[in-house]
Amino acid sequence: MFFISSREVPTVKQIDMRQFWIFTQKEFYHILRDRWTMIILLVLPVVMLILFGYAITTEIRNSHFVVFDPSRDVATQGIVNKLETSEYFVFDGYVNSPQEAEQIFQQGDIGMFIIFGENFYNSMLHTGDAQVRIVTDGSDPNTANTLTLYAQNLMLSYQQDIFKSAAVPYQIEPEIRLLYNPTMKGLYNTVPGVMGMLIMLVCAMMTSVSIVREKEKGNMEILLVSPMKPISIILAKVVPFFMISLLNFATIIFIATVIMGVPVNGSWLLLIAVSLLFIFVSLAIGILISTLVSRQMVALLASAMGLLLPAVLLSGLIFPVSSMPFALQMVAQILPVKWYIEATRAIMIMGVGFSAIATQVVVLSTMAILLLVLSLRNFKIRLD
Amino acid sequence: MKDVIVADQLTKKFGSFTAVDHLTFTVKQGEIFGFLGANGAGKTTAMRMLCGLSKPTSGTGLVAGFDIAHQSEQVKKSIGYMSQKFALYEDLKVWENIRLYAGIYGVPDKEIAPRTDEMLSSIDFLSEKNTLVKSLPLGWKQKLAFSISIFHRPQIVFLDEPTSGVDPVVRRQFWELIYKSSDEGITVFVTTHYLDEAEYCNRVSIMVDGKMAALDTPSELKKAAGVDSMENVFHQLTRGANRKAD
Repeated sequence: MFFISSREVPTVKQIDMRQFWIFTQKEFYHILRDRWTMIILLVLPVVMLILFGYAITTEIRNSHFVVFDPSRDVATQGIVNKLETSEYFVFDGYVNSPQEAEQIFQQGDIGMFIIFGENFYNSMLHTGDAQVRIVTDGSDPNTANTLTLYAQNLMLSYQQDIFKSAAVPYQIEPEIRLLYNPTMKGLYNTVPGVMGMLIMLVCAMMTSVSIVREKEKGNMEILLVSPMKPISIILAKVVPFFMISLLNFATIIFIATVIMGVPVNGSWLLLIAVSLLFIFVSLAIGILISTLVSRQMVALLASAMGLLLPAVLLSGLIFPVSSMPFALQMVAQILPVKWYIEATRAIMIMGVGFSAIATQVVVLSTMAILLLVLSLRNFKIRLD
Repeated sequence: MKDVIVADQLTKKFGSFTAVDHLTFTVKQGEIFGFLGANGAGKTTAMRMLCGLSKPTSGTGLVAGFDIAHQSEQVKKSIGYMSQKFALYEDLKVWENIRLYAGIYGVPDKEIAPRTDEMLSSIDFLSEKNTLVKSLPLGWKQKLAFSISIFHRPQIVFLDEPTSGVDPVVRRQFWELIYKSSDEGITVFVTTHYLDEAEYCNRVSIMVDGKMAALDTPSELKKAAGVDSMENVFHQLTRGANRKAD
C-alpha cells in the first residue's frame, strides 16, 4: 500500500506554483496558435484607433459650401473668405439664386449653403439687422449642428475683427473657448474610448470564451477531477489575458501619444492605476459570464451584445450620454466602461488629479468587488 | 490483494430524490471493475463521489485509502480519470499534452521527458511526439488520452465510457491497454455502454434505480440469470427499472 507521504499532503490551501505556470504556459500556446486570437490582439487595437480616430469622427473637415450673395460687399466677402480659409470648409462658388443652391444641395455635393440678405454691410453697420441664413442637412443632426456651430463662430470672429478696427463702443464680444480640447480634435475623445473597448474585448470576451471552451470540450471535467484547484485553473486562464491587455494598453497609449499627438495632461501613475482597476473589472465580468454559460458561442454573443455593443453606443464614445433618453442614461450608468472612459478622459485631456475622478474610482472598485464575489460564488455552485 | 475502493452504504440525495441508494461494494487492487447501468441509474453520481467531486449525503467511501468526504485532495492525487469527451487539447502537440497533465499531477520535471518517451514507444507512437493532437485519428486520441490518464501512475483509473464512438478494432486495442495497466497493478474502474465489453471485466456491477442490482464475475452473472450473454443479464435486471433514462 503506498499512501502519499505526509510531506506531499498540502497542509495550507496554497496554490501549487509549478502546476500554475505549466497551465499558464498552455494558455499561451492556445493564444499564440490561434490566428484569429492573434489578429484580435495585435491588429485590432491599431485598426480601432484608426477607425474611431479618423474615419468615424464627429469632427468636420473640408465640408463644401456654396453661397448666394446678392450684396457682394466687403462684409459678405470677408465672411466667405474667413470660411474658405478655415480648415473646416471648402468654398465651391457663388450661385445665382437660393433655388439653385437648394438644387446643388439636394445632389449631395455640398454640406451647407449660405444665403446673405441685401445690403448686408450697410445693415450690419447701421440698422443692425443684417441677414444671413445658414442651411445644413438636418437628416444628419450631429454633422449639421457642428457645421452650423463652426460657421457661426467664424462669422462671429469676423464681426469682432470689423468692430475692433471700427472701434465701435459698447460692443459685446462673446468669446467662445473650448476648454481642454481647444481645436476640437475628435481623437482626444476617441483614445480613452478605444482603450476601454479593447480592454473589455480582451479581458471579458476572450477570457469568458477561453474558459467556456474548456467546459464545452470536456476538459473542465478532467481538470476538476485533477488535483488542480479550481481557483488555480481560473487564475491561470486569466493571467495571459491580463498580460495581453497590459500590452494592448501600452500599444494604444504609444500610438496615441507618440504618433497621433494626444497628450497625457494628468498623472501617468493615475492613468495606469485606473486602467488596472478597469482590467480587473473586465476580467471579473469575463469569469462571471463563463460561470453562467456553457457554450462558446453563447459566451461570445453575450459579450458582444451585452458588453461591446452597449460600450460603443452608450458609453459616450460616439454619442454624448447627456443627450440620450433618461432610460438609456440609466443603462449607461451600470456600464463599467462608461466610468472608465470618463476617468481616463479626465486624466488625459483635462489633466485632473485623483480627487476629481474619485467617484469613478469608487464606482469601478465597487463593481470589481461585486463581480468577483458573484463569479466566485457561482463557480463554487457549479462544482457540486 | 488489498481493497482500493471501499464503499459502505454510500448515498447521495438531491432534495427528495435519492440518486445513489446505499451502495456497498469493494474493488481489489489490479481489478478491472465494470460499472454498468442504464442512463439515470446513478452511475455518474456514484463515480463523481468516488472521484472526490461531490460529497456523499450519508455513508462512507475509501478510495486508495483516503476518505472521499474529507480527503478529496489526496483522493484526486491517487486516481486517474478519462471520459468519453476528450481530455486532450487539440491545439497542443502530443508531448505538450503529456507535459501539461504530468505537471498538473505533480510528476517531477526530470522524470517527465524519459517517461514520455517510454510511454509513447510502448503504444508505438514515438514518431508522433511533435504532432498536433487535432491531426490524429479518433482512436489514437483515445489511446493517448488513456495513457496520459495513467501517466502519473495512479492507484486507480476511472474510465467514463472511454470507448464511445470508436470502431471495434480500436476498442479491442484499447482494451489491450486496459489489461496491460491492470497487470501493472493499476485498478481500472470502467463504465461502458457496450455490453460485450462487460465480458472483458473481472467483475461487473449493474446499477438499477440507484441501487446495485448485481455484482459478480461475468460468468457467474450469466449462470445465475440462466442466459448466455451479458446483454441478456443486463436486460433482465433493468427491465423492472422505474427511472426513465434522462
